[in-house]
Amino acid sequence: MSQRTIELEVLRYRPEQDQEPFFQTYKVPCEEEWVVLDALNYVKEEMDRTLSYRWSCHMFVCGSCGMMIDSEPMLACKAFLKDYPTGKIRVEPLSNFPIERDLVVVLDDFVEKLESVKPYIIPKEERTVEQGEYLQTPAQLKAYKQYTLCINCLCCYAVCPQYGLDETFVGPAALALAHRYNMDSRDLGRAARDDVVAAAEGIWHCSFVGACSQVCPKDVDPAGAIQQAKFAHGIDYLTSFLPGGKR
Amino acid sequence: MQVIEADVIIIGAGGAGLRAAIAVAEADPNLSIALLSKVYPMRSHTCAAEGGAAGVIKSNDNLEYHFHDTVSGGDWLTDQDAVDLFVNEIPKELLRMEHWGCPWSRETSGNVAVRPFGGMKIMRTWFAADKTGFHMLHTLFQTSIKYPSVKRFDEYYTVDLLTDDGACYGCTAIEMRTGQMRQFRGKAIVICSGGAGKIFPFTTNGAVKTGDGMAMAYRAGVPLKDMEFVQYHPTGLPGSGILLTEACRGEGGYLLNKDGYRYLQDYGLGPETPTPVLKAMELGPRDQLSQAFWHEQKKGRTIPTKWGDVVHLDLRHLGEKKIDERLPLIRELSAKYVDSDPVTTLVPVRPVVHYMMGGIHTDIHAATPLKGLFAAGECACVSINGANRLGSNSLGELLVFGARAGRGAADYAKKGLTAPGERLDARAADSEARVKAWFQRSRSSEPVPSLKKRLTTAMEDGCGIYRDEATIKAACDVIVDVRGRFKDVALEDKSSVYNTDLYQTLEMDAMIEVAQTVAVSALERRESRGAHQRLDYVKRDDEGFLKHSMAHYNPNGEPRIDYLDVVITKSKPAERVYGARAGGQSAA
Repeated sequence: MSQRTIELEVLRYRPEQDQEPFFQTYKVPCEEEWVVLDALNYVKEEMDRTLSYRWSCHMFVCGSCGMMIDSEPMLACKAFLKDYPTGKIRVEPLSNFPIERDLVVVLDDFVEKLESVKPYIIPKEERTVEQGEYLQTPAQLKAYKQYTLCINCLCCYAVCPQYGLDETFVGPAALALAHRYNMDSRDLGRAARDDVVAAAEGIWHCSFVGACSQVCPKDVDPAGAIQQAKFAHGIDYLTSFLPGGKR
Repeated sequence: MQVIEADVIIIGAGGAGLRAAIAVAEADPNLSIALLSKVYPMRSHTCAAEGGAAGVIKSNDNLEYHFHDTVSGGDWLTDQDAVDLFVNEIPKELLRMEHWGCPWSRETSGNVAVRPFGGMKIMRTWFAADKTGFHMLHTLFQTSIKYPSVKRFDEYYTVDLLTDDGACYGCTAIEMRTGQMRQFRGKAIVICSGGAGKIFPFTTNGAVKTGDGMAMAYRAGVPLKDMEFVQYHPTGLPGSGILLTEACRGEGGYLLNKDGYRYLQDYGLGPETPTPVLKAMELGPRDQLSQAFWHEQKKGRTIPTKWGDVVHLDLRHLGEKKIDERLPLIRELSAKYVDSDPVTTLVPVRPVVHYMMGGIHTDIHAATPLKGLFAAGECACVSINGANRLGSNSLGELLVFGARAGRGAADYAKKGLTAPGERLDARAADSEARVKAWFQRSRSSEPVPSLKKRLTTAMEDGCGIYRDEATIKAACDVIVDVRGRFKDVALEDKSSVYNTDLYQTLEMDAMIEVAQTVAVSALERRESRGAHQRLDYVKRDDEGFLKHSMAHYNPNGEPRIDYLDVVITKSKPAERVYGARAGGQSAA
């Protein structure tokens, strides 16, 4: 393993001094094993103290370092330099979000959406500690487990054409999270979540392009979650016509 | 400066901070809560905990076993009253997490499953595959959303505590989006800001773990306790320092030296058995496993690599199905970062700084000696971890003591002490001036990253797995030198919006304080105990040092160290016993 120099083309924007975003190129001496985040850290420590970006865990779980790397939304800690043989890499903030500064985007809209889907267990009745755990078989766990794996890195929003067109769309990660609780055998909160989930800006807004699931670094499959939720509502709608239906 | 008032202010929104916030909200929904964090809650380092959380739940287990494992694991430096209530309260806390939706791994019956962990006599570690901390953090964050009294201040960097006449009334914090400093005033303050692994160069810890809260409390006059006890986790990936959970060994993984030999049998942990036995071999405690690596290295039986010497973690015999079910993240990380798929290949590992046993001194109610100030989680030292924390006790600790801190803060806040407004304004202005000085200076003689490199290298060289007077003194000298150079650091970035040059400088300021307490406490402890191993004082000395080190802030120089007796209730200090003599059962 040896060193090589890469050209890191980074989108810069400092609202206090820059009229508009521009690209700044850094020539970074890199170790073969590095990820793009390591190269950014090199720039920050050795070349330019003014560059800002978010990062923390460096192991694909904290979700801080989602950014556009050669126009693909991904985690900078999971973008290995060896996968970029040309030695030229373009790094930009996540698409579809306002830029706060450099590679840092404004997350307010997503956080509000995450909160809006009531992402917590809404039980039939509160269970006491003395009653012990809810029984949940491995099969019941599997029904929702995949949708618990979302790290809120926002790569799915950056690639979602619907969110790009209309930011009222609740969006992939928040809808997958709602689905995660709806599918949990301990939860009875689906009706309470439907205000947001089944509204026009909710699941029906998704045109099932499926790009969210393709870019997800944790294989969460938000598109699948949204399709499952649509299907469940379709069944509800049809059964509402049956005798005793809720219609 | 804008003043923001709340009944309870919580600094840090990781596992402990979120648990504290929920506890305050449940204790009294009329109390307003300000939850501050320099990162969004889900970015907090709790997310990186992998293996699990220990709590007695199965019929073959009992609280006494968990108590004794924890006390002996901590080499008797644990406070036994704290351990007693910890082992008693943790199963209830883990059940609450279950009710809140934590996706615990399950048995076929639907009951919560447990797995073996190092130093534990019985299998009692609850887990959610190998992402337990991640799931706990997201469960706590998402659950916190249902309490309207919890108001979050995401991406607010806390700078200083505001104190007056022996009591704490708030803090200053910078809104990172604007660079504006705010004064937060509260009746009770809780610090849950995590550990300080970043004072070392090679660590599992994320970028956020810079000891900010420890330094804040320390400067405000609260002693930092047992700071010399730094945990090296035996299995980190070379280069990146990424953690490979102890559950790798709990599930049956082997550690092999360059000859393919399970070397732990040479260090009082044997005999080797094909399937894991509790409290033996790879399921020994972390301090002893990391020390065994050091000896193997001295004997030339480790494998040199570009990123330092390694041994091998062998998971191949577990099979693909078990690895994918129990250790999926480990498989992904190993394959991506060191090109070693554990299903077919040996994975290189080496000891890596992981956890601070020491921290802000608190009592069993999570209260510090400064009135109105509480602390919980890794930033605090209760102490349930003593000289060496057992794996899977820290996730439990942040729940039990996070909840205790929240309840304690709620009680204290209801007493309704009035903040001395004008005097706090003056303190807040001082804090702002301290930050402004970095903007006003024109040039650094040396930039922060270079100073950080000096500091962290000195810590690894001087306060590593084995230490002696000469190495620690050398580290102390470097810290004094770095502190001197840091005094004329100037920011290169003078802007207001999300200025990470500023935050890294503030973090460096905290790291210098914390590193100094580690080094000076290590120098003064002339014995070997748990994670503190002195080559010049190789034996444990209960007569001289069965005591907590207390590092007190000294504005004119190195910290002043004094000592506090350990609380011993029912377990008299004895020899730590692992391997065959521990009589552990098979964990297969």
